[in-house]
Amino acid sequence: MSLCNLPAHELGKKLRAKEVSSVELTKEFLNRIAEVEPKIGAFVTLCEQAALETAALVDAKIARGETIAPLAGIPGAIKDILCIKGVKTTCSSRILDNFIAPYDATVIAKLKQNDAVFIGKANMDEFAMGSTTETSYFKKTRNPWAPDCTPGGSSGGSAAGVAAGEAAWSLGSDTGGSIRQPAAFTGTVGLKPTYGRVSRYGCVAFASSLDQVGPIARDVTDCALVLNAISGHCEHDSTSYNLAAPDFTKALHPDIKGVKIGVPKEYFGEGLDKAVEEKVRGAIRHLSELGAEIVDVSLPHTEYAVATYYIIAPAEASANLARFDGVKYGYRAPGCRNLIEMTVKTRTQGFGNEVKRRIMLGTYVLSSGYYDAYYNKAMKVRTLIIEDFKKVFGKVDVLACPTAPTTALPLGAMLDPLSIYMLDVYTIPVNMAGLPGISIPCGFSGGKPVGLQLIGRALDEMSVLRAAYTYEQSAGFHKMAAPIGGASA
Amino acid sequence: MKYETIIGLETHVELKTATKCFCSCPAEFGGEPNTHTCPTCTGMPGALPVLNKKVVEFAIKTGLALNCEIQRYNRFDRKNYFYPDLPKGYQISQLFLPICRGGYVDIEVDGTVKRIGITRIHIEEDAGKLVHSGASISDSDFSVVDYNRSSVPLIEIVSEPDLRSPQEARVFMEKLRSILEYIGVSDCKMQEGSLRCDANVSIRPPEQKEFGARSEIKNLNSFRSVQRGIEYEEARQAAVLDEGGRVVQETRTWDEERGVTHSMRSKEEAHDYRYFPDPDLVPFVAEAEWVAKIAETMPELPDARKERLTGRLGLSAYDASGVIARLATADYFDEAMKHTGDAKSVANWILGDISAWLNGNNLEMRDFPIPAENVAAMINLVNKGVLSSKLAKTVFEEMLKSGKAPAEIVREKGLEQISDAGALALAVEKIITANPKSAEDYKAGKDKALGFLVGQVMKETKGRANPEMINKLLREKLS
Repeated sequence: MSLCNLPAHELGKKLRAKEVSSVELTKEFLNRIAEVEPKIGAFVTLCEQAALETAALVDAKIARGETIAPLAGIPGAIKDILCIKGVKTTCSSRILDNFIAPYDATVIAKLKQNDAVFIGKANMDEFAMGSTTETSYFKKTRNPWAPDCTPGGSSGGSAAGVAAGEAAWSLGSDTGGSIRQPAAFTGTVGLKPTYGRVSRYGCVAFASSLDQVGPIARDVTDCALVLNAISGHCEHDSTSYNLAAPDFTKALHPDIKGVKIGVPKEYFGEGLDKAVEEKVRGAIRHLSELGAEIVDVSLPHTEYAVATYYIIAPAEASANLARFDGVKYGYRAPGCRNLIEMTVKTRTQGFGNEVKRRIMLGTYVLSSGYYDAYYNKAMKVRTLIIEDFKKVFGKVDVLACPTAPTTALPLGAMLDPLSIYMLDVYTIPVNMAGLPGISIPCGFSGGKPVGLQLIGRALDEMSVLRAAYTYEQSAGFHKMAAPIGGASA
Repeated sequence: MKYETIIGLETHVELKTATKCFCSCPAEFGGEPNTHTCPTCTGMPGALPVLNKKVVEFAIKTGLALNCEIQRYNRFDRKNYFYPDLPKGYQISQLFLPICRGGYVDIEVDGTVKRIGITRIHIEEDAGKLVHSGASISDSDFSVVDYNRSSVPLIEIVSEPDLRSPQEARVFMEKLRSILEYIGVSDCKMQEGSLRCDANVSIRPPEQKEFGARSEIKNLNSFRSVQRGIEYEEARQAAVLDEGGRVVQETRTWDEERGVTHSMRSKEEAHDYRYFPDPDLVPFVAEAEWVAKIAETMPELPDARKERLTGRLGLSAYDASGVIARLATADYFDEAMKHTGDAKSVANWILGDISAWLNGNNLEMRDFPIPAENVAAMINLVNKGVLSSKLAKTVFEEMLKSGKAPAEIVREKGLEQISDAGALALAVEKIITANPKSAEDYKAGKDKALGFLVGQVMKETKGRANPEMINKLLREKLS
């Protein structure tokens, strides 16, 4: 098996055992990228030189006999929403296609301290708005399991890159499911940490109260390792929790006896693909057989989550994206004679349709006269959704449900934005409540991966990781390799 | 027709914290363009604000000084609008939950004390600054932006519409400035924009209860412009009504040079700022304990200082008001009082010669070169009879020039007052002899002639003669 298809923790062992050097490893991944990238399109920018430099540095440390961090020397892909100093950060938007970040995001600074290798910036839906990675200004990313299908979104490049062996691990961001849903579509493991667990500083904001950075990886262990590296209080982010993060690898033991797993009935209703339901219910049975206690629960306000999300997220986005006006950085429309023309033309030409749609939606729901009817009301419903989860978590430790209602969709299949919005119906409530959630592969339908979502209490990533690890180790789907970049590559 | 004018002021105060409102860049005025900046205050993609606690402390301090209720639960909101000097496309401000509510300020106009309500005080960040290649934005080929001021902390103090004349508005602003100076939250430099205000002005016939349509005058950045801008506006509105017209609600800008206001935008084209709670900043609680601690650090405020000066020190209300108006002046007074018991003379010097010199040189009290101790010493020399009050002026001039202590100047220049009866008698004798006509005139009952003779003796003694003694001696000799 190619090194590119091994999880990061196994690559780390090989580095420490000097079976392979980081430079060799990095070159191996660069070769894989050269080979499969024309079919996948996971990256918008490659950082070959910087990656090899970091790799050489790690090799020198190993040669000196120094202890290296778990992710040291192992290539990962970074969603192009995260700032790396001196590297283009485009958010897959024309309006930032020439923007070179002048500073490091906190997660990047932390990973640099860990000597992680950044192999490239991953493609995404423009400003993380979309669920298929089709709204990117630059390219469409394809699903390594089914090249005519999307990898999901918005962290589609991060997910496809890992699934195709172009990176051992990656970072995504999740505002309404943008880590978990593409993980489900690509058979990878995607973890959205508790809101505030990981710093958002340097993650270009989509919807500030919902955004959270997290890992996408080949298995649960790697997710824990990446989370260890990136979590913790950040003085630049006042919404980050001011408490020390635990060692998340401590959750990694295959034991689920006595753990109460809730199954929310609202997540198994209309719109859920039959085959997906079958696989997810099978996974829940599997967890039961492993010793978990399965409890039927209800989250009665689930049906309002998507509607509420599409008020709150665009409202915040409309303000967050106001800074892209052609004045300070990024794209500026040429030939403008005055200020208003410059702002209007820059934004008209710089933003794609989905982004414009959400800016307009957000502007509308915040405008005077509609604020109470929409934004304020949505905030109240959000509170109800949070209360739903609080009640349920009085009874159970973890919730189990589908990550997405379907498997990966064919490219261009969904032209109607409203039906695309429904792809996040099971992930959105988790962001609304700021909870941790993971998606792990639990089978296949028509050759395409199906994702199982596990949701935990706020700050209880440990229970989520433990349940996910137990299932993963027993079920073994994480060992399956995608046709492109996988077994046959 | 005679109308009543209704005025409410929105005062913006730049706080003199060391660092900016939401990042750790220096908040000081000036600097090479865009050198006091970071990803956060220039609105870089992904950057986040973190609240400077000192800003909240200063806002609370102001609230306490203006008798406000400090709100326990606080939050920031985004105020959305596009302008190149606003790097994020929104300003972080407080709309829904301002930090202070419901206070008041007492002002004194023509000897009458009047209470002006404070509706609210909220915290916000300042914007950057546009620099035009030409004289104004319309006749410039290009404009550039300096973000040094971006995210410098401001508080906005909103008054109730309790002010009734341009003069009251001006006095209110002056009072605010002295309070803000005393509590040390701002340097209140109007010329640098650290204190500026917008005025909401409307007029109504005296018998009418409801307010008339108001205009908001922007860009009032001196006390003079506050008064003149409102005067212009009340006259303009009166003219509209007198001609049978209707005043429209609008925003107007004050043109200092031409002394007029211009319409900026009407109510119909008013901004919709689409305020909503800023999700990047967690709500904060102003704990009662903390507020109490801040209250303990409150210095003596202008009203209390005035009471002290009029009470124990016996100054007139007029003198006391003059002395306490500016902190530097009041402190100078107090410093001088450590070295003399003569409050009245200290006040006279401060409000007289010292003020005149400062005005003449366009300087502020904090720039005044003579130590208060020396002015006090000079007053003491006069009171002891060593120095005549006339020659005190000479000593004052010399102190400005050389910075020497008054006793030294008196000694070096031989300015001691001559109170020696023998020496003065000789001088008087000499003058009477030299001016027989005046002497005769006085004897004939022309009192004015005495003044002339006194003047001549002073001249003869180079101003050093004790004037009371000369008077006495002349009267004796000529009687």
